[in-house]
Order: sequence, then structure tokens, then C-alpha cells
Amino acid sequence: MAAAPESTDPSKSPGLLGWIDQRFPLSKLWKEQVSEYYAPKNFNFWYYFGSLALLVLVNQLITGIFLTMNYKPSSAEAFSSVEYIMRDVDWGWLIRYMHSTGASAFFIVVYLHMFRALLYGSHRKPRELLWIFGCLIFLLLMAEAFMGYVLPWGNMSFWGAQVIVSLFGSLPVIGGGLVEWIRGDYVIADATLNRFFALHVAALPLALVFLVIAHLMALHEVGSNNPDGIDIKKHKDSKGHYLDGIPFHPYYTVKDVVGVAGFLVIFCGVIFFAPTFGGLFLESPNFEPANPLQTPPHIAPVWYFTPFYAMLRAVPSFAGTQVWGVLVMGAAIVVLFFVPWLDRSPVLSIRYRGPIYKIALAIFSVAFIILGVCGLKPPSGIYPMLAKICTALYFAFFLLMPWYTKIDSVKPVPERVTGHA
Amino acid sequence: MNDQVDYSRRRLLTAATVGTGAIGVAFAAVPFLASWKPSARAKALGAPVDVDASKLEVGQMLKVVWRGQPVFIVRRAKAVVEQLGGHDDLLADPKSEDSLQPDYVKGAARALNPEYWVGLAVCTHLGCSPMGAFEPNNATQLTGTDLGQGWPGGFYCPCHGSKYDISGRVFKGMPAPKNLTVPSYTFSGDARISIGVDVAPKTASTNERLSDGRST
Repeated sequence: MAAAPESTDPSKSPGLLGWIDQRFPLSKLWKEQVSEYYAPKNFNFWYYFGSLALLVLVNQLITGIFLTMNYKPSSAEAFSSVEYIMRDVDWGWLIRYMHSTGASAFFIVVYLHMFRALLYGSHRKPRELLWIFGCLIFLLLMAEAFMGYVLPWGNMSFWGAQVIVSLFGSLPVIGGGLVEWIRGDYVIADATLNRFFALHVAALPLALVFLVIAHLMALHEVGSNNPDGIDIKKHKDSKGHYLDGIPFHPYYTVKDVVGVAGFLVIFCGVIFFAPTFGGLFLESPNFEPANPLQTPPHIAPVWYFTPFYAMLRAVPSFAGTQVWGVLVMGAAIVVLFFVPWLDRSPVLSIRYRGPIYKIALAIFSVAFIILGVCGLKPPSGIYPMLAKICTALYFAFFLLMPWYTKIDSVKPVPERVTGHA
Repeated sequence: MNDQVDYSRRRLLTAATVGTGAIGVAFAAVPFLASWKPSARAKALGAPVDVDASKLEVGQMLKVVWRGQPVFIVRRAKAVVEQLGGHDDLLADPKSEDSLQPDYVKGAARALNPEYWVGLAVCTHLGCSPMGAFEPNNATQLTGTDLGQGWPGGFYCPCHGSKYDISGRVFKGMPAPKNLTVPSYTFSGDARISIGVDVAPKTASTNERLSDGRST
């Protein structure tokens, strides 16, 4: 043991860490991914939401694991086991509210994270695959949230599952058999609840964690975008460090802690003072057990699905089938995957784009929010018409993007990132 | 020994191995996918249901469960049945040509016995359960809902506002594409209804039709 050949490498530390480093690339990973991962120095408010999404994911995993310790995935016991968690398990209410509020927080954070990409062109070359991984995470997250919503087996769980699973029934030829296969029964039943539980606690979280790792690997491979949408790799100092980059740790870990603190203030405020958030985060019909004979007077999904639900309802049935609404809703998600190629602007960031993109993004954002409101309201009065108009605007934003981003004026893009210091 | 690598031989063997493996994976996937189908127990619970509707008053509705799905049995007044043909212009599919029902349930009444209407209480839009609103020309009989002028009496789905007449026929321009589905059923007495059993045809193949009814 006299001469360890690796000891000539000054980066190798002695002691336990050195022992580990010779067997596992611990210091190497830490350096490459954290302490020497150079991120642009001009990150702003919008860059909190990536790390916050990670925080919420961890919250969901931990609280979820503890919920499974008392939850019973059977149609006879599910509802009462959730009530048992709320009333009899020490701190069970807190763990459940952290999980249910976490679900809504996840979507708030992810929607803002996606909006950031549209602001600064973070999906553009060379970050297309990074964006696609993100879209897949969004898709899985929707499946995860939907199945999680079914688990308490309240009346809205039951009828929500009924409506969403029926969507597959509108597909021609295979629809009926497919729905029966998904449910495992002729109706939403114990078999359905049990398999949704398996997917919600095992299959989908595994896939989600895997995709998050792929998302981060893709990010660290190409490097982070920034509010100026310019490449920081062009300008290096004599040591080869990026002039406009700073190591993720300690600079951005510290910055993200500020974001975490701000987030937790709001998050805890909701958990402690408004866990149902006026029926938006936990809907009141779900406080009664599932009843296959009694549809709640008004079925609305949880708020984060309502924009897409409004699109589903906005499309009338045609030629004896209502598959068109389902296709439109699916297309609303699928179109996201193509955004990196639909955007033809020579610049990435909204800071150097002309008025057309700014107006288009503003209209799109307003339309998305109005769709969300329409999805919460009963389909009467002005809401069906509003939903139709906003569905058209939603798709116009994406499908007309190749043209309006091309003809839009641009401002000169600076060589170096702008901002203070 | 020959140092030359025979790449085409290697490619063929690799492709053959991968192909065989893929077929194996496909076969191995079958049990897992098939495990999602309704189990033997779920199938057994889907057996027919017998209902005695004799205590039903005219204008009343009974909801029973068959295969976990709610089924409506509505007893209709003669006057209501006679007026069924009078509002075809309101309906999307007045002759039920695009809708699901056994072929022995025909016409505007969509029933074996026009007095009793039997149908699944499952909206053909997204599977909600419609509510009964049987009083004709009473637009406000459901709280908070305006059924509109000239309401002929029928069903209203609270989820997305689909309207049906009292034979379960959907109105024009509704989210629901089809009329309410009529399950297979038969009368085993004056007002005794067996849901999930087809009408016994007067031919020899009765047993076969019965088992068809169970598996539909």
C-alpha cells in the first residue's frame, strides 16, 4: 500500500472522501454538476422555478411515502382511511395537506417554469431535447396528479375518473375495449382504484424521477439559457472560466435558498390557513364518499387541468362522435413538443424580440388563464363561447408561430449578458 | 485463424438474436397486459338484475344498479307517450339510428312497453348521470337550471348541460353525441323487468340469445 498511483492527482483528497473517490466519482460528480457547473450570472426571478419544482417533487415523494403507510387502496376502505389519516393519525392532517397542496404547488411552479422558457427561448437550439424531456415530465405529472386525485375515493374522485377514463372510449373501434381494459371492470370500481394506486405510488414516480434526471443531465450538457438568450460560452477568461458564468454552488444554491424561503412562506400559509383553497385545491364534493348513483351537480377537475378541460368541452360532437374534443385536448399537449421548431425568430429572448411576439405571448397567457376559468364554470352563459375563442387563440399562438416570429422585428443582441455587476 | 471479421454474419446473428428476444418480450408482456382485463369476479358480478316496477307511480322514476351502472326505469303517462313524436325537430337523432339499443327497442318510445322506459343513466357525453325533469313546459323544475321554452319533459345532465327527451333522445347541439343507451332487457311479468337479458325470441336459439345478453 506504499504507492497509490492516484495520489499524484492534487484534486484527490485524502481520508474517507479519497477512499470513496477512488471507488465512486463523488467529488467528480459534485464538481461537474454543482460546484463547477457554470451558470449565467444574470439569472432573475424566473429562474427560481426549476429548483422549486425539484423541492416540490421531494415533498411529494416524502409525504406520499408516509401517506401510503396508512392509506388503504380498496373501494371499501379508501375514503375512510383518508379520514383516518386526517383525524386519528398523529400529524396525519399535516402530511396529507402537504401532499395535496404540493400537487397544486407543483403545477403552479411547473407552469411558471414553462412560461419562463417561452419568455427567454429556453427551448431553442441546442436545448430542444431538454424541452422535450420537460414536456414528458409535464405529461407524466398530469397522469400522476389525475390518479392521485382518484385515490381518496370521494364522489369527485369517482366521477372525475369516470369522465377522464371515458375520454378513451371516444376513440373509434378500440374505444370500448380500451376503457374496459383501463377500468378492469364494467365501471370505475375497486380494480380501477387499486391499479391507479400502483401506478401513482410506484410506476409513475419512478418514471418521473428518471425523467427529471434526464432533464438535468441534458441541462448540464448544453448549459443553462439566460434572460438575454445568448451563449455565455464564447467569452472566457485566461483560466478558461466563462466571464458571464458563475459556479452554481455557492452562488445559485444561495440564491435558490431565498426562493425556497419565499416559496415556503406561501406554501405553509396555504397548508395552515387555506388547505382546500376555497375548493380549488380540494373540491368540496370530494368530502363525501364515491357514489356511482349520484353525479355531483357540477363536475370540474382540479384547477390545473381546467384549461385543457375547457378545450375538451369547447368542441361540439360531430359526425356522431365526441372524439374531436379529445383530439383537440390531446393536440394542446402534443403541440408543446414542437415549440422549439415552430419558433423561427433569430433571437431567443423576449428582450430582443419585436412587438408581435410580446403581444402573442400576452394574448396566449390571458387565453390560457381564461380557459382555466371556463373549465371551472358550468358550461352555460358566456363561458362556452369564451372557451371556443380561447381554444382558437391557444392553438393560433403555436400554429402561427413559424410566421409571426419570422416577420417580427428584432433588436440587436448584446455580446455579453446585461444587468447589474 | 482468420482475422477477418465477417460483419454480415455478425449482423445477421445480432438481428436474429434481437428479433427472437423481442418476440419473447412481446409474449411475456401478454400476461401483464391481460391482467388488466375484468377479472373472473368482476365478470360474475355483471350478471342480470330483476326489478319489480309495479309500485312505480306514473311520472316516477326508479334507479337500479346493473353492473355497477345506474339504470333508469321511468313510468310514463299515456299522454306523454302519445306526444313523443311531436318534437322531432328538437332532436339530434329522433329515430335512434346512431344510438345504442337492442334492435327490439324501436320508434319514438324506445321501449318494449311504452309505459316503462328503461335506459342507462349514463350521459353519452362523458358518463355522468342525468337527472329526471319530467314535467313538460316547466323550465325551472331543476333548481338553478333553465331548461328552455317548450321543454317536452325528459332528462338533463348536470355536468355539461346535455338535454334528452323522456325516451332518452338527445337534443340538437348538445355535447352528448348519442341518445341514452338502452340495455338489453325483457319483461318477465307485467311490470317485472330483467335487465341484462335479451327478449326471448320465438326461435329455437333462445339459450344462445340469453348468453349473448349476459356478455354484451
